[in-house]
Amino acid sequence: MLTIAMPKGRIFEEALELMRKAGYALPPEFAESRKLMIDVPEERMRFILAKPMDVVTYVEHGVADLGIAGKDVLLEEERDVYELLDLHISKCHLAVAGLPNSRFHDIAPRVATKYPNIASSYFREQGEQVEIITLNGSIELAPLIGLADRIVDIVSTGRTLKENGLIEFEKIADVTSRLIVNPVSYRMKDRDIDEMVERLSAVITE
Amino acid sequence: MSKLFMFEKPLGMRDTLPFLYKVKKRVREAMTNEIEQWGYEFIETPTLEYYETVGSASAIADHQLFKLLDQQGHTLVLRPDMTAPIARLAASRLYQNGNPLRLAYHANVFRAQQREGGRPAEFEQIGVECIGDRTVTADAEVIRLMITALEQTGLQRFTVAVGHIGYVNALFLEILGNEERANVLRRFLYEKNYVGYRNHVRSLPLSSIDQQRLLALLDLRGDETVLGSARELVHSERGAHAIEELGELWAALRLFGLADSVKLDMTLISHMNYYTGILFEVYADGVGFPLGNGGRYDELLEKFSCKAPATGFGIRLDRLIEALKDTRIEEDIECIIFSQERFAEAIELANEKRREGRKVVLQHIVGIQDIDAYSKKYKSVTYLLGRNGKE
Repeated sequence: MLTIAMPKGRIFEEALELMRKAGYALPPEFAESRKLMIDVPEERMRFILAKPMDVVTYVEHGVADLGIAGKDVLLEEERDVYELLDLHISKCHLAVAGLPNSRFHDIAPRVATKYPNIASSYFREQGEQVEIITLNGSIELAPLIGLADRIVDIVSTGRTLKENGLIEFEKIADVTSRLIVNPVSYRMKDRDIDEMVERLSAVITE
Repeated sequence: MSKLFMFEKPLGMRDTLPFLYKVKKRVREAMTNEIEQWGYEFIETPTLEYYETVGSASAIADHQLFKLLDQQGHTLVLRPDMTAPIARLAASRLYQNGNPLRLAYHANVFRAQQREGGRPAEFEQIGVECIGDRTVTADAEVIRLMITALEQTGLQRFTVAVGHIGYVNALFLEILGNEERANVLRRFLYEKNYVGYRNHVRSLPLSSIDQQRLLALLDLRGDETVLGSARELVHSERGAHAIEELGELWAALRLFGLADSVKLDMTLISHMNYYTGILFEVYADGVGFPLGNGGRYDELLEKFSCKAPATGFGIRLDRLIEALKDTRIEEDIECIIFSQERFAEAIELANEKRREGRKVVLQHIVGIQDIDAYSKKYKSVTYLLGRNGKE
């Protein structure tokens, strides 16, 4: 049996659709359920529904064999898991944004983000030392109320930025969802996992 | 810093209570007995080593080392593994006439944890190092011994993945031309980032044939038939040599009585710049992390001024115990509860039982608060109370 950690929210629907396309018979009421653990005995699968940021933790510790996680989460968490497939779903990108015509504070440039590791290594690579302020959501607020000069966040359509009067300055990385696998499961359940990779590969559209 | 509560321990440090101690002892003995039967001799090395020598020679990342200063100002480390201390010991004293040396250890090693719980910072490793033998039979012996020792503990379902770092290096170098470019690709493999590996390969200015060769590497895992496909991907002598070695290894493992649990995995890269040839990892059902690993490290002893080939394995006892399904321990301690009048009789009875090899607690009745709760702890209880057996 395979245990698969799925991210609740935005990615979930698209991931489900992809798996159905690959021929996995997943029950239709799947998405509405409030259960956190759903068994699908016909496919010999168990799904656990987790916060997107936590999927990688479940997979690294091996309580889930596989998971679907955004590249943003993989970059931020740097967990020891196999990143086997780019599913090409939930496309967006990580970007630096801020108020138009604004610049970094001279002495203590501040960056607000949900991704402290990505932000600090990005600015370090740019040769800039910045102070990171970690927020859990509504990152766009930070420059508006003077908490930070810049933000690092996910941008998909750019609408949220626009409606809050912010503009994108630089793109850090493209983000799509990936199929990740625990290193022990990759060896112990290689047949089941290889089969899933093959079936998913066949239906991925770039 | 907030004030510590009296029950707190440093992050990742754990107590071993009697039950776990007994399980650990049983599993350790199953492994060490087998290792001794293969003629490996156990040694101990100090808990503290110099950072400059053993600390920097070890394959463990710098931020995982516990460091402290001695009174002369030298930086010390709590040993993060046993391979580097044994290399130091072998290079400076034991390895002398160029003949093979078989050493073994069971010891606690220390790796600092910053991220989260669920990972001990101090844990016991059991392993062997076979120093001075460059033949593939030594690699096969080490793998076979590891498998047999694990079987002796009662471990049921496990898999050993075997690869060859020389193969990966040869393939990368012959296609990419220099080490710098090879390093980029090795890093993707090391980070298990196959998506990044594929994207990077496709972005390289290579012929489609060469791109296919690099992409095909990711599928090279399975039984010995993999060797045939792996051989076709490389043209250089170094690459062919690595495949020959794996072929010899497979033949040797078969002579040892091939375990079905061995699989080939040409993508296996353990630690960067540490292993030099055949390398392996062992995995078991129900544990999310490898139980242990090993391989050939022909350049480590050179760091201690002694050129010698070597190979070995190390198994983590904590993860092995997690993987074992049956860790029941029979309660085997008996108890004699006596009153003052019959103390002499109780001593005699206890001595007699202990001579027979049984475990006996001798307990004065006055020292017990709650007899019911106390006597439940033991396999059996003998009461020697009152005068002449009358209570």
